[in-house]
Amino acid sequence: MEMRSHLGRVRGLGSSNDGVGHWWLQRITGVALVPLTIWFVYSAIGLAGADLAQFKTWVGTHANPVLLSLLIFTMFHHGQLGLQVVIEDYVGSEKIKLTLLIMTKFTAIIFGGYSIFAVLRLTLGG
Amino acid sequence: MATRNRPLSPHLQIYAKQVTSVLSILHRITGVTLAFGAFLLANWVISATYGADSFAMAQGVLGSWFGRLVLFGITLSLFYHLGNGIRHLAWDMGKGFELIQLRTSGMFVVAFTLIMTVLTWIAAYSAAGAN
Repeated sequence: MEMRSHLGRVRGLGSSNDGVGHWWLQRITGVALVPLTIWFVYSAIGLAGADLAQFKTWVGTHANPVLLSLLIFTMFHHGQLGLQVVIEDYVGSEKIKLTLLIMTKFTAIIFGGYSIFAVLRLTLGG
Repeated sequence: MATRNRPLSPHLQIYAKQVTSVLSILHRITGVTLAFGAFLLANWVISATYGADSFAMAQGVLGSWFGRLVLFGITLSLFYHLGNGIRHLAWDMGKGFELIQLRTSGMFVVAFTLIMTVLTWIAAYSAAGAN
Protein backbone atom coordinates (compact mmCIF):
# COMPACT_ATOMS: atom_id res chain seq x y z
CA MET A 1 0.00 0.00 0.00
CA GLU A 2 1.27 3.47 -0.86
CA MET A 3 1.48 5.53 2.32
CA ARG A 4 3.28 8.52 0.83
CA SER A 5 1.69 11.59 -0.70
CA HIS A 6 2.07 12.14 -4.44
CA LEU A 7 3.95 15.39 -3.84
CA GLY A 8 6.38 13.67 -1.46
CA ARG A 9 7.02 10.92 -4.00
CA VAL A 10 7.74 13.35 -6.82
CA ARG A 11 10.14 15.31 -4.62
CA GLY A 12 12.00 12.11 -3.78
CA LEU A 13 11.22 12.24 -0.09
CA GLY A 14 10.90 9.20 2.11
CA SER A 15 12.25 5.72 1.48
CA SER A 16 13.93 4.89 -1.82
CA ASN A 17 11.53 2.59 -3.61
CA ASP A 18 12.17 -1.07 -2.81
CA GLY A 19 13.85 -1.42 0.56
CA VAL A 20 11.65 -4.24 1.87
CA GLY A 21 12.45 -6.57 -1.04
CA HIS A 22 16.17 -5.94 -0.57
CA TRP A 23 16.00 -6.41 3.19
CA TRP A 24 14.07 -9.67 2.85
CA LEU A 25 16.40 -11.12 0.16
CA GLN A 26 19.42 -10.26 2.28
CA ARG A 27 17.93 -12.25 5.18
CA ILE A 28 16.85 -15.20 3.03
CA THR A 29 20.25 -15.50 1.34
CA GLY A 30 21.91 -15.05 4.75
CA VAL A 31 19.90 -17.91 6.27
CA ALA A 32 20.72 -20.14 3.27
CA LEU A 33 24.41 -19.34 3.60
CA VAL A 34 24.61 -20.62 7.19
CA PRO A 35 24.50 -24.34 6.29
CA LEU A 36 26.16 -23.81 2.88
CA THR A 37 29.25 -22.08 4.30
CA ILE A 38 29.61 -24.61 7.14
CA TRP A 39 29.47 -27.39 4.53
CA PHE A 40 32.00 -25.57 2.36
CA VAL A 41 34.52 -24.87 5.15
CA TYR A 42 34.32 -28.53 6.15
CA SER A 43 34.90 -29.56 2.50
CA ALA A 44 37.63 -26.99 1.81
CA ILE A 45 39.64 -28.25 4.78
CA GLY A 46 39.86 -31.64 3.10
CA LEU A 47 40.98 -30.02 -0.16
CA ALA A 48 44.01 -28.22 1.28
CA GLY A 49 46.91 -29.17 -0.99
CA ALA A 50 44.71 -31.31 -3.28
CA ASP A 51 45.59 -31.81 -6.96
CA LEU A 52 43.13 -31.53 -9.88
CA ALA A 53 42.16 -35.22 -9.79
CA GLN A 54 41.28 -35.02 -6.09
CA PHE A 55 39.37 -31.77 -6.66
CA LYS A 56 37.40 -33.23 -9.57
CA THR A 57 36.51 -36.29 -7.51
CA TRP A 58 35.22 -34.05 -4.74
CA VAL A 59 33.23 -31.79 -7.10
CA GLY A 60 31.59 -34.81 -8.70
CA THR A 61 30.64 -36.64 -5.51
CA HIS A 62 26.96 -36.95 -4.52
CA ALA A 63 25.29 -33.59 -3.86
CA ASN A 64 28.57 -31.62 -3.93
CA PRO A 65 28.08 -30.02 -7.38
CA VAL A 66 24.57 -28.89 -6.41
CA LEU A 67 25.68 -27.52 -3.04
CA LEU A 68 28.70 -25.79 -4.58
CA SER A 69 26.54 -24.16 -7.27
CA LEU A 70 24.00 -23.06 -4.66
CA LEU A 71 26.79 -21.68 -2.49
CA ILE A 72 28.26 -19.68 -5.39
CA PHE A 73 24.86 -18.31 -6.43
CA THR A 74 23.78 -17.37 -2.89
CA MET A 75 27.20 -16.02 -1.93
CA PHE A 76 27.42 -13.63 -4.89
CA HIS A 77 23.78 -12.62 -4.46
CA HIS A 78 24.22 -11.88 -0.74
CA GLY A 79 27.55 -10.15 -1.41
CA GLN A 80 26.04 -7.92 -4.07
CA LEU A 81 23.16 -6.95 -1.77
CA GLY A 82 25.62 -6.14 1.03
CA LEU A 83 27.99 -4.12 -1.14
CA GLN A 84 24.99 -2.22 -2.47
CA VAL A 85 24.13 -1.02 1.04
CA VAL A 86 27.75 -0.05 1.74
CA ILE A 87 27.96 1.90 -1.53
CA GLU A 88 24.60 3.60 -0.94
CA ASP A 89 25.71 4.60 2.57
CA TYR A 90 29.15 5.97 1.81
CA VAL A 91 29.20 7.24 -1.77
CA GLY A 92 27.79 10.74 -2.02
CA SER A 93 27.97 11.43 -5.76
CA GLU A 94 24.95 10.04 -7.63
CA LYS A 95 27.03 9.34 -10.75
CA ILE A 96 29.77 7.40 -8.97
CA LYS A 97 27.17 5.62 -6.85
CA LEU A 98 25.19 4.42 -9.87
CA THR A 99 28.38 3.38 -11.68
CA LEU A 100 29.59 1.36 -8.70
CA LEU A 101 26.17 -0.23 -8.18
CA ILE A 102 26.01 -1.37 -11.80
CA MET A 103 29.62 -2.57 -11.72
CA THR A 104 29.14 -4.69 -8.58
CA LYS A 105 25.97 -6.20 -10.04
CA PHE A 106 27.62 -7.07 -13.35
CA THR A 107 30.75 -8.42 -11.67
CA ALA A 108 28.73 -10.62 -9.33
CA ILE A 109 26.70 -12.03 -12.21
CA ILE A 110 29.74 -12.63 -14.43
CA PHE A 111 31.88 -14.32 -11.76
CA GLY A 112 28.93 -16.20 -10.25
CA GLY A 113 27.74 -17.35 -13.67
CA TYR A 114 31.21 -18.33 -14.83
CA SER A 115 32.02 -20.35 -11.72
CA ILE A 116 28.67 -22.19 -11.77
CA PHE A 117 29.34 -22.97 -15.44
CA ALA A 118 32.77 -24.24 -14.35
CA VAL A 119 31.12 -26.59 -11.82
CA LEU A 120 28.84 -27.94 -14.58
CA ARG A 121 31.78 -28.43 -16.92
CA LEU A 122 33.83 -30.23 -14.28
CA THR A 123 30.97 -32.61 -13.54
CA LEU A 124 29.23 -33.07 -16.91
CA GLY A 125 31.83 -32.13 -19.53
CA GLY A 126 35.01 -33.92 -20.56
CA MET B 1 15.98 13.41 -6.22
CA ALA B 2 15.39 16.70 -4.48
CA THR B 3 18.50 18.28 -2.99
CA ARG B 4 17.93 20.16 0.20
CA ASN B 5 19.96 20.63 3.36
CA ARG B 6 18.59 18.08 5.73
CA PRO B 7 19.96 17.80 9.28
CA LEU B 8 22.96 15.47 9.73
CA SER B 9 23.61 13.23 12.73
CA PRO B 10 26.85 13.90 14.62
CA HIS B 11 29.96 12.50 12.97
CA LEU B 12 31.26 9.11 14.01
CA GLN B 13 34.45 10.45 15.62
CA ILE B 14 32.36 12.08 18.37
CA TYR B 15 31.32 8.79 19.90
CA ALA B 16 33.42 6.73 22.34
CA LYS B 17 34.04 3.18 21.17
CA GLN B 18 31.70 0.58 22.62
CA VAL B 19 31.43 -3.19 22.22
CA THR B 20 28.18 -2.75 20.31
CA SER B 21 29.45 -0.13 17.86
CA VAL B 22 32.80 -1.82 17.18
CA LEU B 23 31.15 -5.18 16.53
CA SER B 24 28.60 -3.46 14.30
CA ILE B 25 31.19 -1.92 11.97
CA LEU B 26 33.14 -5.21 12.04
CA HIS B 27 30.10 -6.89 10.47
CA ARG B 28 30.43 -4.53 7.52
CA ILE B 29 34.21 -4.80 7.22
CA THR B 30 34.10 -8.61 7.35
CA GLY B 31 31.24 -8.58 4.82
CA VAL B 32 33.30 -6.57 2.32
CA THR B 33 36.29 -8.87 2.98
CA LEU B 34 34.10 -11.89 2.22
CA ALA B 35 32.88 -10.32 -1.03
CA PHE B 36 36.56 -10.24 -2.01
CA GLY B 37 36.87 -13.86 -0.82
CA ALA B 38 34.01 -14.81 -3.14
CA PHE B 39 36.23 -13.91 -6.10
CA LEU B 40 39.02 -16.12 -4.76
CA LEU B 41 36.54 -19.01 -4.51
CA ALA B 42 35.27 -18.34 -8.04
CA ASN B 43 38.81 -18.13 -9.37
CA TRP B 44 39.75 -21.37 -7.61
CA VAL B 45 36.82 -23.29 -9.13
CA ILE B 46 37.28 -21.76 -12.60
CA SER B 47 41.02 -22.54 -12.61
CA ALA B 48 40.15 -26.26 -12.45
CA THR B 49 38.53 -26.06 -15.91
CA TYR B 50 41.84 -24.86 -17.40
CA GLY B 51 43.67 -28.08 -16.54
CA ALA B 52 45.95 -29.58 -13.90
CA ASP B 53 48.67 -26.94 -14.23
CA SER B 54 46.44 -23.94 -13.69
CA PHE B 55 44.65 -25.64 -10.76
CA ALA B 56 48.07 -26.48 -9.26
CA MET B 57 49.02 -22.82 -9.68
CA ALA B 58 45.81 -21.65 -7.94
CA GLN B 59 46.48 -24.11 -5.11
CA GLY B 60 50.09 -22.94 -4.98
CA VAL B 61 49.11 -19.27 -4.68
CA LEU B 62 46.50 -20.06 -1.99
CA GLY B 63 49.02 -22.25 -0.17
CA SER B 64 51.88 -19.72 -0.22
CA TRP B 65 52.58 -17.77 2.97
CA PHE B 66 50.75 -14.77 1.55
CA GLY B 67 47.85 -16.88 0.33
CA ARG B 68 47.57 -18.50 3.74
CA LEU B 69 47.63 -15.10 5.41
CA VAL B 70 44.76 -13.93 3.16
CA LEU B 71 42.83 -17.16 3.74
CA PHE B 72 43.35 -16.81 7.49
CA GLY B 73 41.83 -13.33 7.33
CA ILE B 74 38.95 -14.68 5.28
CA THR B 75 38.39 -17.50 7.79
CA LEU B 76 38.24 -14.99 10.65
CA SER B 77 35.86 -12.80 8.63
CA LEU B 78 33.69 -15.76 7.69
CA PHE B 79 33.16 -17.03 11.23
CA TYR B 80 32.62 -13.52 12.55
CA HIS B 81 30.10 -12.64 9.84
CA LEU B 82 28.39 -16.02 10.29
CA GLY B 83 28.09 -15.69 14.07
CA ASN B 84 27.14 -12.03 14.00
CA GLY B 85 24.74 -12.67 11.11
CA ILE B 86 22.85 -15.13 13.30
CA ARG B 87 22.85 -12.42 16.00
CA HIS B 88 21.29 -10.09 13.44
CA LEU B 89 18.62 -12.66 12.59
CA ALA B 90 17.74 -12.91 16.29
CA TRP B 91 17.35 -9.11 16.41
CA ASP B 92 15.13 -9.28 13.34
CA MET B 93 12.85 -11.53 15.37
CA GLY B 94 12.87 -8.93 18.14
CA LYS B 95 15.10 -10.90 20.52
CA GLY B 96 18.22 -9.91 22.46
CA PHE B 97 17.98 -6.13 22.60
CA GLU B 98 18.74 -5.68 26.34
CA LEU B 99 22.16 -4.10 26.90
CA ILE B 100 23.44 -7.07 28.89
CA GLN B 101 22.20 -9.47 26.17
CA LEU B 102 23.91 -7.39 23.47
CA ARG B 103 27.23 -7.55 25.33
CA THR B 104 26.93 -11.26 26.09
CA SER B 105 25.94 -12.26 22.54
CA GLY B 106 28.67 -9.99 21.14
CA MET B 107 31.40 -11.54 23.27
CA PHE B 108 30.02 -14.97 22.45
CA VAL B 109 30.40 -14.22 18.73
CA VAL B 110 33.99 -13.04 19.25
CA ALA B 111 34.84 -16.24 21.17
CA PHE B 112 33.08 -18.36 18.50
CA THR B 113 35.10 -16.62 15.77
CA LEU B 114 38.47 -17.21 17.43
CA ILE B 115 37.78 -20.82 18.44
CA MET B 116 36.33 -21.85 15.06
CA THR B 117 39.15 -20.17 13.14
CA VAL B 118 41.84 -21.94 15.17
CA LEU B 119 40.04 -25.31 14.90
CA THR B 120 39.61 -24.87 11.13
CA TRP B 121 43.31 -24.16 10.63
CA ILE B 122 44.42 -27.05 12.81
CA ALA B 123 42.17 -29.31 10.71
CA ALA B 124 43.40 -27.77 7.44
CA TYR B 125 47.07 -28.26 8.35
CA SER B 126 46.53 -31.89 9.24
CA ALA B 127 44.54 -32.42 6.00
CA ALA B 128 47.22 -30.70 3.91
CA GLY B 129 49.78 -33.06 5.43
CA ALA B 130 47.65 -36.04 4.35
CA ASN B 131 47.03 -34.87 0.74
